[in-house]
Parts: sequence; structure tokens; C-alpha cells
Amino acid sequence: MASVTLKDVRKAFGSTPVVHGVSVEILDGEFAVLVGPSGCGKSTLLRMIAGLEEITGGAIEIGGRVVNDVLPKERDIAMVFQNYALYPHMTVADNMGFSLKLAKRPRQEIEDRVREAAKILGLTEYLERYPRQLSGGQRQRVAMGRAIVRNPQVFLFDEPLSNLDAKLRVQMRTEIKELHQRLKTTSIYVTHDQIEAMTMADKIVVMNAGRVEQIGAPLELYDDPANLFVAGFIGSPAMNFLPGRVVANGAGLAVELGGGVRVAAPRVQAPLAPGREVTVGVRPEHFAVSAQGVPAEVIVVEPTGADTQIFCNLAGVEVSAVVRERHAFRPGEAIRLAPQLAYLFDPGNGARIR
Amino acid sequence: MERLLHSRNFLGLVFMVPAGVLLLLFLTYPLGLGVWLGFTDAKVGRTGAWVGLENYQFLLGDSVARLALFNTLFYTVVASVLKFVLGLWLALLLNKHLPFKAFLRAVVLLPFIVPTALSAIAFWWLYDAQFSVLSWVLTRLGWIDRYIDFLGDPWNARWSVVAANVWRGVPFIAITLLAGLQTISPSLYEAAAIDGATPWQQFWNVTLPLLTPIIAVVMTFSVLFTFTDFQLIYVLTRGGPLNATHLMATLAFQRAIPGGALGEGSALAVAMVPFLLAAILFSYFGLQRRKWQQGGTDA
Repeated sequence: MASVTLKDVRKAFGSTPVVHGVSVEILDGEFAVLVGPSGCGKSTLLRMIAGLEEITGGAIEIGGRVVNDVLPKERDIAMVFQNYALYPHMTVADNMGFSLKLAKRPRQEIEDRVREAAKILGLTEYLERYPRQLSGGQRQRVAMGRAIVRNPQVFLFDEPLSNLDAKLRVQMRTEIKELHQRLKTTSIYVTHDQIEAMTMADKIVVMNAGRVEQIGAPLELYDDPANLFVAGFIGSPAMNFLPGRVVANGAGLAVELGGGVRVAAPRVQAPLAPGREVTVGVRPEHFAVSAQGVPAEVIVVEPTGADTQIFCNLAGVEVSAVVRERHAFRPGEAIRLAPQLAYLFDPGNGARIR
Repeated sequence: MERLLHSRNFLGLVFMVPAGVLLLLFLTYPLGLGVWLGFTDAKVGRTGAWVGLENYQFLLGDSVARLALFNTLFYTVVASVLKFVLGLWLALLLNKHLPFKAFLRAVVLLPFIVPTALSAIAFWWLYDAQFSVLSWVLTRLGWIDRYIDFLGDPWNARWSVVAANVWRGVPFIAITLLAGLQTISPSLYEAAAIDGATPWQQFWNVTLPLLTPIIAVVMTFSVLFTFTDFQLIYVLTRGGPLNATHLMATLAFQRAIPGGALGEGSALAVAMVPFLLAAILFSYFGLQRRKWQQGGTDA
């Protein structure tokens, strides 16, 4: 096992830079998730850690050793690919044992280690099958088995669950997490799915357009987003953003939204002068239906059983609210929503106003 | 009648008739006639009488026919092996990221596009005893002091026609194998690289096994075409010198048409069939379908 440190890592394809200086420290045994929208450079970053892409600038250290110019096979890493990349002409056992065979380990040792990995993953009865004869979930497990057998310093996962159906994805998510708790191998996991990131990670690295937006534990990111991007990306349904202006309200301050609607300004350290343009962020689950709230007009109500999601027009913006109690509002009905917790952002640079 | 026209089977038969007639007319009839002629003593201008296996017995003892068999096997084996090695090498090269990739691929196909008779004539000039460019270049370089008699010496001639055949056959193999290479997912190579495979091990453990099905198909075709080759030899050497380059196909033609011995020529041509069948069966059973290719979710 080993820590992985990225120091100002850069990547350019030709003259097009795609990763603009990423610095991350992943501790020994940590499960780190790189998350971000498509094209944000997260997969490229992972492939640079694996040694499949050259590093344009900066340094990558695995276990304290700079590996910039080290071949993939000498980095002591194992990778699970999005399409599994199983060798179609080899049985499950041969697929899992291939790296050991190349390393010229004794036949008996290969067999033992493959059997052990197969037992962990519930693949014992499939060892003699070919990948073609397996279901998607089983192939996924074989791909993980191939990584486990190596007993590497670091596991790399490149969107490993994106080819599975929704139900299986949830199941495999739990399995991967269990596996990590059992093996405690440093893992770096790439996904565009923030729920996967939230549920699996010890540490989340949120990336956007080749830059790191924020690094932190899942709940830190949820509770304390650094900027508009992270606030909007983490959490489901996504946070609502309402443009407004700071105004004096008696002794305190308020934010005036569109149509003269006023909400109390969240308490922040930074000086807030009346007249300043701000963006108010409220998570759907932080709205409450309450007589003290601000007026809103119902658009659609979606009951899910456990809770109720209400889409409505609040001060000219479509917002969503998720409440525990059940409501049978009709479209067009006037209700009042009270934000229980709100964040302020600078609409110019997107930074949080703390 | 109404019911008949709505019957799937009847309509199926009706629609197959044109194809069936064409096959009978242009495939079965000539083949059948050839086989039949092989058992007769037909000559040009004389319907033959049944002579049983006499033609075959004669050919078995005929030193020229035996030489033609040897030439054909030599030609097929050597040319096929060379075409495979060169074709695979070219395909691997073209599969890399090269500048002007599309242009290079088009250039590689050229020998395949040019009509064989035409390229054979070009080779004829290249191999000419007096005007050969090859000899000229080699003498200029000072590597040889006499012009090579490419087509005048039996072994020179054999190697020369093999070279021409290889030149003509490589593009087909290279382009087909290139198509096969492109179906191999790049992530397999990445997985292999992480698993610790050197480029050579990647070729041996990933590329080659995944390419076997297409190799089987393309080499079967190549062997069949080479074994039955006629044009190249006929233009370049007409079987000479001293029958050193006579293949079964050219000899059969020579015996049957200019020589007039239709029966004997046919027997010689028919004698090729068992070899061709053997090649097809070998590739069919030995190489083509692997267990890992077969579908189904249960073993």
C-alpha cells in the first residue's frame, strides 16, 4: 500500500491543455474519488497515474517515489477499465492470472491466488468460462479480480460501473466499498456520478474543466461547498440558485430576490454592503413549507413515497423543494416556502461568500 | 393456385430458381464436364470415349506432371508464408499512428488493384535478361558484375515468380489483417501493459490470438488463390524454363488447349481438387472457430 501525491500535474494534447495543474494528496489506504462532468480531465488524470498517458508537467508520486517516467507495469498499480478490457480468448482464471504468469510466478502460486480472489468475488464456479459467457456484473467482478490478484499498491478504477444497469450499479457500489474496507488498498476511483462519489469516497476531488474545484470528505463538500460549481454538482436533486441583491432590512440585512421577494441574509464573516449582487443557494431539502416562508407558485408535485418533491416558481426562478411530509398541491397553487439554510455566492467568480 | 402462391416454401423455391439456374449453368456444368472429360480420351475435335482412370495413371507416371505438382506446392507454401509474414508486418505498421496514414493505406492496395496481366508484364520487364532494372541497379552498385538471368535458370525462375506473386498478394492480406487489428480494443493493450506485458508479449498474448480467426480466413483464401494461380505464370514464363515454373493449372491448360489433349488436361485440373479441399478442411476445423468466440451465456 502507498500514498499517491500529485504535484501541479499538467497535461496537454498537442497545444490543447486539458489538465491545468492538479495537486492532490491521497493518503495510504484512502478511497479517493475523482468526480466531475464529462471532459473535465478526471480520466486523463487517472490514466496519467496509471502511466498510460505521458505527464506534460508536474510530478506524480506513488509511495514516495516519483513515477513520471516509470512504465505502467513498474508502478505496482492495477486498473479496472470502464469496458472491463478482459482478454476474450482467455478463461476467467487465465484473465485473472495473466499478470502473475507474465511475472513468471510458480503455477501453484498463481492458481492459489486466483482461487482466493475468485472466492472473495464469488467467481469460483466461473473460473473456466470465457468472458463472453458472463453477464455484465460478472465481467465487472473478473476485472476487479484481475486487479486483486496482483495485490498492488494502488487500485485505479475508471468509471467501472457505468456500463451496468441501475440496480446492479448500486449493488456493485456496495461490493467495491466492502472490498476496500477488507483489503484497505489505496484506491482512486473516477466517476461522473456524484452519488457514487458521495457513497464510496473517503475523499472526493471535484474537478471541472481540468482544474480541481474542491477536495474534501463527502459531507464536507455537501455542508461546506467552496463555490457555485461544487454546490451545484454535489447533492441530488441539485441546489437551487437564486439571483438577488443585498438590502438593509431594519437592523439586519436581507437579500431581495426578483419581484421584491425578500429572504433573510445568511450570516457570513465577509462584510456585506447593501446593493451587492449575490447568488443565494438553497438545497431542495432545506426548504420547508411554512406560513413564514416566501410566496411560490406550484408547477409540478412529484411524490416518491418517502418524500415529496415540489417544483415551483419562486421569485421568477424554477426551484425544487424536497419535503418529508406529503402534500397534494395543485399546479398553480400559491404556497409559501421557507429556506432553513442558505448559502451566498459571488455571482462574478462563483466563490462562496463566507 | 392461390394457396400455392401464399405458401412460404413454394415461394422460397420460386425465388431461388434464378440463382439455381445460374449456378447449374456456370458452376456445376463446367465442373461436371471437366470431371467427365478427365475420365475420357477426348481430344480437340473428337468426342472422347470412357477410359476410366487411365489419364490419372498416366499422369502419375508423367515426370512433367509430377514436377508441376512439386512446383505448385513449392509456389503455394513459400509464397503463402512470405505473404503472411509480410502482410502481418505491414498491417501492424499501418495500424500505428503514421503521418499520411490514409495515403499509405491506399498505396499499399495498389498491387491488388492493378490487373494481374498488367503487373505480370511489368515484372517481365524487371526480370528481362537484357533490360532488367534490377540487374542494372545491382551492377551499378557494384554488387554483381553480370546481369542475373531471372527467368532463364530453373531456380531463379521459381523464386522470381514467387516474388511476383508475393508482391501481388501482400496487399490483400495486409488490408484484411489491418481490418482485424482495428477490431481489437486498445484498452486490451493498456490492460496488458499494466499487467506487465512487454510489446512483444502483448503481440504474442493479445494480438495474435485475437487475430487467429481472420488469419484463418485470409490464409485459406490466399492458399486457394495461389494454388490455382495461372495468369502470372502464363505471362511471365509460360511454365518454362524446362517446365521449372509449370503449375498444375498452367500445365493442365497447356495439355488441354494448345496440346489438344482435353481428357488429360481435365484430369490434371481435377487432381487439384483434393489439395484444395484439404486446405479448406484444415482451416475450417483447425483454425476458424475458437471456443471463446462462440456466443451463449452458458458453457
